[in-house]
Amino acid sequence: MTTANTEPASALPKLGEELLSVQGLVKHFPIRKGLLQRQSGAVQAVDGLDFSVRKGETLSLVGESGCGKTTTGRLLTRLLEPTAGKIVFEGHDVTHLSEGKMRPLRRDIQMIFQDPYGSLNPRHTVGKIVGAPYRLQGVKPEGGVKKTVQELLELVGLSPEHYNRYPHEFSGGQRQRIGIARTLALRPKLIVADEPVSALDVSIQAQVVNLLEDLQTEFDLTYVMIAHDLSVVRHVSDRVAVMYLGKIVELADRVSLYEKPMHPYTLALLSAVPIPDTKRKTQRERIRLQGDVPSPINPPPACRFHTRCWKAQDICKTIAPPLLEIAPGHQSACHFPENATEEQAARALKAAEQVGTADATRV
Amino acid sequence: MTESQAPVQRIERGEAFLDVRDLKVHFPTDDGVVKSVDGISFQLERGKTLGIVGESGSGKSVTSLSIMGLHKAGSAKITGEVFLDGQDLISSSAEEVRKLRGKRMAMIFQDPLSAMHPFYTVGHQIIEAYRVHNDVSKQVARKHAIAMLDRVGIPQPDKRVDAYPHQFSGGMRQRAMIAMALSCDPDLLIADEPTTALDVTVQAQILDLIRDLQSEFNSAVIIITHDLGVVAELADDIQVMYAGRAIEYGNADDIFERPQHPYTWGLLGSMPRIDRERTERLIPIKGSPPSLINVPTGCPFNPRCNYAHLNGGSSETERPELLDIGDGHKVACHLSPEQRRTAWETDILPKL
Repeated sequence: MTTANTEPASALPKLGEELLSVQGLVKHFPIRKGLLQRQSGAVQAVDGLDFSVRKGETLSLVGESGCGKTTTGRLLTRLLEPTAGKIVFEGHDVTHLSEGKMRPLRRDIQMIFQDPYGSLNPRHTVGKIVGAPYRLQGVKPEGGVKKTVQELLELVGLSPEHYNRYPHEFSGGQRQRIGIARTLALRPKLIVADEPVSALDVSIQAQVVNLLEDLQTEFDLTYVMIAHDLSVVRHVSDRVAVMYLGKIVELADRVSLYEKPMHPYTLALLSAVPIPDTKRKTQRERIRLQGDVPSPINPPPACRFHTRCWKAQDICKTIAPPLLEIAPGHQSACHFPENATEEQAARALKAAEQVGTADATRV
Repeated sequence: MTESQAPVQRIERGEAFLDVRDLKVHFPTDDGVVKSVDGISFQLERGKTLGIVGESGSGKSVTSLSIMGLHKAGSAKITGEVFLDGQDLISSSAEEVRKLRGKRMAMIFQDPLSAMHPFYTVGHQIIEAYRVHNDVSKQVARKHAIAMLDRVGIPQPDKRVDAYPHQFSGGMRQRAMIAMALSCDPDLLIADEPTTALDVTVQAQILDLIRDLQSEFNSAVIIITHDLGVVAELADDIQVMYAGRAIEYGNADDIFERPQHPYTWGLLGSMPRIDRERTERLIPIKGSPPSLINVPTGCPFNPRCNYAHLNGGSSETERPELLDIGDGHKVACHLSPEQRRTAWETDILPKL
């Protein structure tokens, strides 16, 4: 642990050591135009994230497409270079490590990709794909690569005979399992799983979710799970971060997030989940959000959710709500939190006023 | 049902608006015949919604494509009968089916980006479909396209009509495709995984839209999905498919409250539920779906079934028929009703 890890938000109860922490993480993709390729704007994919991942836990990032959750995952695995901010893994600042210095760390941080079609080389056999991590890292597993790979294939619900087949012979779901087998090959410490089960069938999805949980207890893995399926997220996560347009709007442990969501966006997301219960259909009150997520090139000022929020008032358009710990272990970025006691709501407003006056003095 | 291609049209022209009888779609390949759909039958009335649920490879999309007549001639062997308002689509010529497609039956595809032509504007594609079936001028068709885009909730439809598909967001593309599908006011709408590629908030909007439009146009809707939550929202009747066959059929309440087939139990147990207490572990179905070239003999589900041993070997030898167990609730399972009831009440229900 370095001093860099002492962030103000760590008043949360300490369950395990911090494995990874992120401060002020920003990623802007420049938009270039014209002959001189001058930068004319930027896609603000990730715009200031602070969170930490503790050893052995599962932290989920949820949100709609375009909210920056995949970009966050790619930043954590250093597949993308952050524009600003700091990433600390096991006490080491890895924010701007060179490719060569990063390589040994790749064994510890692995990623499961979202698109099972794009993430497997169509010219390689499954055996070669899943065995690639051993080759690249110079690891010689016990019993030979082939046997280990076949065991991995069985582990993820494929059969060992698939060793010599090519990716195109598999369905999307099976391909995703090949990707998971490859990820598990080196027994990493941290797995960033980008929509690991969204491409799988329901019955297989449950197998993989259980498998990921088993592996977590067996090898003491830490997951950063990126997902949009809120029922799966509830099942797998210890803590959940809800993202909207590049910012975390709510970060809380599973129980309080699902039972007492404080940010209106979280509430809307939860109410939109279709429930497989015909009796509830008529009873439920659904919050219908209008329209689509605004473009991250030109996000709305202050609170980014105010354009779709039914509680929005003038203050939401002028002062950005800070991500504030309103209840113990429950951070939310809203001026008018839901499910909050009067005192908590007052605290949220007061924090907003402080931000407002700070801004005013700066101007 | 016989497979004889009787030259004389049957007197019976189908009872319901859409009447599918013993539909089989087989694909001969070098490795053997892929029996994607192996004898399914269902009926659907106007104004009703049928949900077809199953895993990938269970034949749900192939069913819908064969109703639409979208299988390439030669590659697929389609037998059986599909009566749409009395007309058999399987024995009709490609030209006749083409005239019906778009006008009387339309389809919403899973991935609107690949289902729409990237080179033409959204408006152009809607206008084209509309003008094929209606003898109107371009201006009238364009007005109609704008009205349709407006109806499905696209903001500024008069401007958006000239936009290309890539300029739309995923939800808007799906809306545009729904507008295209509904432009000729079809009687039958098939939605193949219409919301799988969408976010939950947008999914909720699209499901509401499909429901609203259905009641407005009084069309029959088939919704194909793997998400039981989606069918619970929309469907009146549900057909659960496995390895190319229907293994359970019933109204939505029956399927969710009194499911009878071990596979349906498995599906319900595999899903994490947001509306219930969180369980420590999900109960997955063991194994994986069978290859359609090599469907297990007997009940295709027997290698994955926890109750297969209760049948004294008939699971491995005899294929169970889809039989009515009362009130139109059909199930294809060898287990006796008592066995099913005890299994459901003691093993499954407490764990859901």
